[in-house]
Amino acid sequence: MTVTINPATTHQLSRRSFLRVSATAAGGLLVSLYLDLPLPAQEGAAPKAKAYPPDAFVHIKPDGKIVITVNRLEFGQGVQTSLPMVLADEMDADWSQVEGELAPAADVYKDPIFGIQMVGGSGSIAHSFQQYRELGARTRAMLVAAAAEQWKVAPEQCRTEASVVRGPGGKSAKYGELAEAAAKQPVPATVKVKDPAQFKLVGKNTRRLDSRPKCDGSLKFGLDLDLPGIKTAVVARPPVFGGRVKSIDDKAARALAGMQDVFEIPLAKGTGVAVVADKFWTAKQARDLLKVEWDLSSVEPADSGKLWTQYKELARTAGNVAVVRGDQKGLDAIPAANRIEAEFEFPYLAHTPMEPLNTTVRFDGDKAEVWAGSQFQTFDQMAVAQTLELKPDQVTFHTEYAGGGFGRRAVIDSHVQREAAAIAKKLRGTPVKLIWTREDDVQGGYYRPMFAHRVEIGIGADGTPAAWRHVIVGQSLVAGTPFAPMLIKNGVDSTATEGTADTAYNIPNFHVSAHHPTPNVPVLWWRSVGHTHNAFVMETLIDELAARAKMNPIAYRLKLLKPDAGKLRRSLALAAEKSIAWRGKLPKGHAWGVACHEAFGTGVACVTDVSIENGRPRIHRATIAVDCGLAVNPLTIEAQFQAGVAFGLSQLMAKGAITLKEGRVEQRNFDGYTPPYMVDAPVAVDVHIVPSTEAPTGCGEPPVPVISPAVVDALARLTGKHYRSLPLTAV
Amino acid sequence: MKKLYSLPAAICVLLAVCGAWSAGAARREATAQPKPAPTSRMDGLAAWQQVYSVLTHPRCINCHTATNYPQQGDDRHRHFANVIRGQMGTGVPALRCITCHQSANADSTGVPGARGWHLAPLSMKWQDTSDKILSSSEVCTALTDRARNHGLDGPGLLKHHTEEPLVLWAFHPGRSIDGTMRTVPPLTHEEFVEATRKWVAAGMPCPQNK
Amino acid sequence: MESYKLTVNGQTREVTADPGTPLLWVLREELQMTGTKYGCGIAACGACTVHLGGIATRSCVVPVSLVGTRPIVTIEAMANDPVGRVVQDTWVAQDVVQCGYCQSGQIMSAVALLKSTPKPTDTNIEESMGGNLCRCGTYVRIREAIKAASQKLK
Repeated sequence: MTVTINPATTHQLSRRSFLRVSATAAGGLLVSLYLDLPLPAQEGAAPKAKAYPPDAFVHIKPDGKIVITVNRLEFGQGVQTSLPMVLADEMDADWSQVEGELAPAADVYKDPIFGIQMVGGSGSIAHSFQQYRELGARTRAMLVAAAAEQWKVAPEQCRTEASVVRGPGGKSAKYGELAEAAAKQPVPATVKVKDPAQFKLVGKNTRRLDSRPKCDGSLKFGLDLDLPGIKTAVVARPPVFGGRVKSIDDKAARALAGMQDVFEIPLAKGTGVAVVADKFWTAKQARDLLKVEWDLSSVEPADSGKLWTQYKELARTAGNVAVVRGDQKGLDAIPAANRIEAEFEFPYLAHTPMEPLNTTVRFDGDKAEVWAGSQFQTFDQMAVAQTLELKPDQVTFHTEYAGGGFGRRAVIDSHVQREAAAIAKKLRGTPVKLIWTREDDVQGGYYRPMFAHRVEIGIGADGTPAAWRHVIVGQSLVAGTPFAPMLIKNGVDSTATEGTADTAYNIPNFHVSAHHPTPNVPVLWWRSVGHTHNAFVMETLIDELAARAKMNPIAYRLKLLKPDAGKLRRSLALAAEKSIAWRGKLPKGHAWGVACHEAFGTGVACVTDVSIENGRPRIHRATIAVDCGLAVNPLTIEAQFQAGVAFGLSQLMAKGAITLKEGRVEQRNFDGYTPPYMVDAPVAVDVHIVPSTEAPTGCGEPPVPVISPAVVDALARLTGKHYRSLPLTAV
Repeated sequence: MKKLYSLPAAICVLLAVCGAWSAGAARREATAQPKPAPTSRMDGLAAWQQVYSVLTHPRCINCHTATNYPQQGDDRHRHFANVIRGQMGTGVPALRCITCHQSANADSTGVPGARGWHLAPLSMKWQDTSDKILSSSEVCTALTDRARNHGLDGPGLLKHHTEEPLVLWAFHPGRSIDGTMRTVPPLTHEEFVEATRKWVAAGMPCPQNK
Repeated sequence: MESYKLTVNGQTREVTADPGTPLLWVLREELQMTGTKYGCGIAACGACTVHLGGIATRSCVVPVSLVGTRPIVTIEAMANDPVGRVVQDTWVAQDVVQCGYCQSGQIMSAVALLKSTPKPTDTNIEESMGGNLCRCGTYVRIREAIKAASQKLK
């Protein structure tokens, strides 16, 4: 669905949304937009929306500084710059005076589409673009009204630029001077947003607002938090998911100087042992000295080897149907020479954001305070409240800057926050910072599930797929959660089939089905979710088909894509254009590969220049074209794609798999589960944005699905091999 | 009159007489001055095998690589974090060996240490570029080649094996990041030094076969 | 528990800690200097990089008992260092950071490289920066920023 932005669109406040404005004691103006949206359905009845007090989006200080509150976590994607850009542009603010800050948990900061406060699904700009435009436009209107009133002129006679209102006869007033008066103005019910041709910030390369403090060590992440009297906790967790504590010998642990306490706490499943001390190192050493006996009798010990056997067997039978069109009978009649039968394997993946997971909680009996770099504030706040037997509005929830997330900080069961709250409950009055060590993180579950695919393709006379039968086997992410009604249809979790079931390729006879086994491994969305494996399968098979048809893989895709796959066609054409010069003169031992994929509304095409060095793919260059509608901050988009493909290459790393043996995760830290370093990433990445005036779509996840198939497609040309089992241990 | 002995037989008798005479001479010498018997080639080769068993243990061979990187662990996998040899075997400017390895084992964090942590030069590689350990004869040849071993003679090698901090380290390698103690070579340091001494005394013989 | 006199960013700081405490946690928790980050604890990621006796050092694996009198320099001192300042300014001008968590370590490593090799080649950069992890993946911009910084440091 595309939404074209009409110039000077007027927007009506619906009866379910309203604006609250107040003046601050210091003479500033607080503007908030309160959207009354229902939470996703939970077990039947839609709960009543809670009436939280409105919070600020724009704070204009008397000295002219403008603080814009961002309703999402900043964890690298640049939203704490790009959303303020949108608001500041509509407001005609002086950008040099603008700062961004991260909103605490509150109703007013909920995502307008999803109705919960969150960041994910590459939705920051896509969902809040219009919201922040209107906020900016309303703020401007009230500043103008205040000036017009003072000058006794009509508002239409005033114009604004760079934090100044200018009236007839050379009159002018700064926003900082007008703030108090503006706060007393009535909130306009309708507001005009700019004609995009008038954007001053939106669409321009704008440097991040948070760079300097991230370069001089002054920006505090959640892990850096310090409060008077704060204690640090680590948790000993069972070696098999869901196990329970049977007995604890903590004599040696408690003997360490600076130790506070050792006690059992509930986990999302099973129980663990909290170790609380003055300092992290003490807590960690104490935990190493703990002797815990675990009751593993009632939990299934998942085993990768056994799971592969089960998954591959399941993949040979049709599962619940995700999509079916045309007729499959023809496929079996096609002779073997014109068929492809392919099996793919994708292992569990850990997110391992650079900042280890952490949450700080202080419980004061009738209220609590939380500090967390959370992608899911609404859920996390509710979980803390539940654990502490409080109401959510008794829990003040601060959003800290996070050192990456990639989905790991958006957990429906809020298990990290629940652990922290359980510990804080025992330590009433004392703030406690729960830290997951890197080992805890690598071994702690919540992985991108392992998946097996089995694909049978019958190739038509013209080399295009005449029939396609596809079985996907892997855990459901949302079964049994509040997201289930939204995402599971006919027993198929769309997070497992996205990228295949909704393919933009014109495949007339198409059957996609899925099985969702339930091994004892907690799973979670991993940046681009189902597209991580589905794009790999689709884009390597399409490439194989192109090779068999002796067609250029770009031309083949353009032929096979549906005519209305506009974003994919445009990005593919642009990537082709921007790479044709270097593709034509590759040195010996190099090959180029291509992949295109649409995810979260954004179309991406990627062409790679690859050779093999020391048994590994060496990516000399990636040329990327992206169609994400209107590009709000092209600099952020460029950065997201240059870096996002380096993240995406996690899937190809030789040690890029989480495996389980008899219930135990075999990897421990970056030595055994190794993400891409500089040598594994492309040396150079050039990014090209398709010019567009369509509504903006996201760029957080779209870089990830294309890079692995684009690299593997090049490898296939170099070696003639198929690469259908990830990670890439041998090239 | 017929000859009673063939020529070869006569030579054997002659050699036996000489042998007996020289053994006797040695005994006479031994009783005359208390000097240790020169180590026989056979004993020297046996001592060398002991030395070789230490040199090719992971604690030693992990830094005697043929590649531009060290190894780690008993399975001798490539050292993590892309650490590399650099021009002097000490790493590269922002990623030196001493970026992590200090002058003593850090048991609290699992990083081994000794003064001057660095890679052995490529001339002292004891494996090939496919990580295959070189044969006893190849390693012996490398060790005794003064063009390759920084000009060390027998006494020099013995001193190296006795005093070099990185050699000493191999026998007290400390605790690993997984909490377990690192495995040690099959001899103690004292035994290793004694085996080296024997081998040097025998003239540093190398086994002939490949 | 032992007392240690440490030289940190030119100042003498006295701390009391268990001898095995990594320098990283002494900096972060005894001295409240949180610019140096904890990423893995096994020296695999470089987020904890400081300069110890002038050498880029991974503070998460160096017990405070092995520091001795060697001066410690952290990210907090880079703004006042001629090379550090240029590197930081270039990082900002070229929008290198995303989440930023690894960047203290990246900058400390880059500064160590540039102090030793003012005109690093692409290979020099890849080798010296090759052990610093960035999960966001900002490697392309890190490379370019080091090259730009080296140009400025003529």
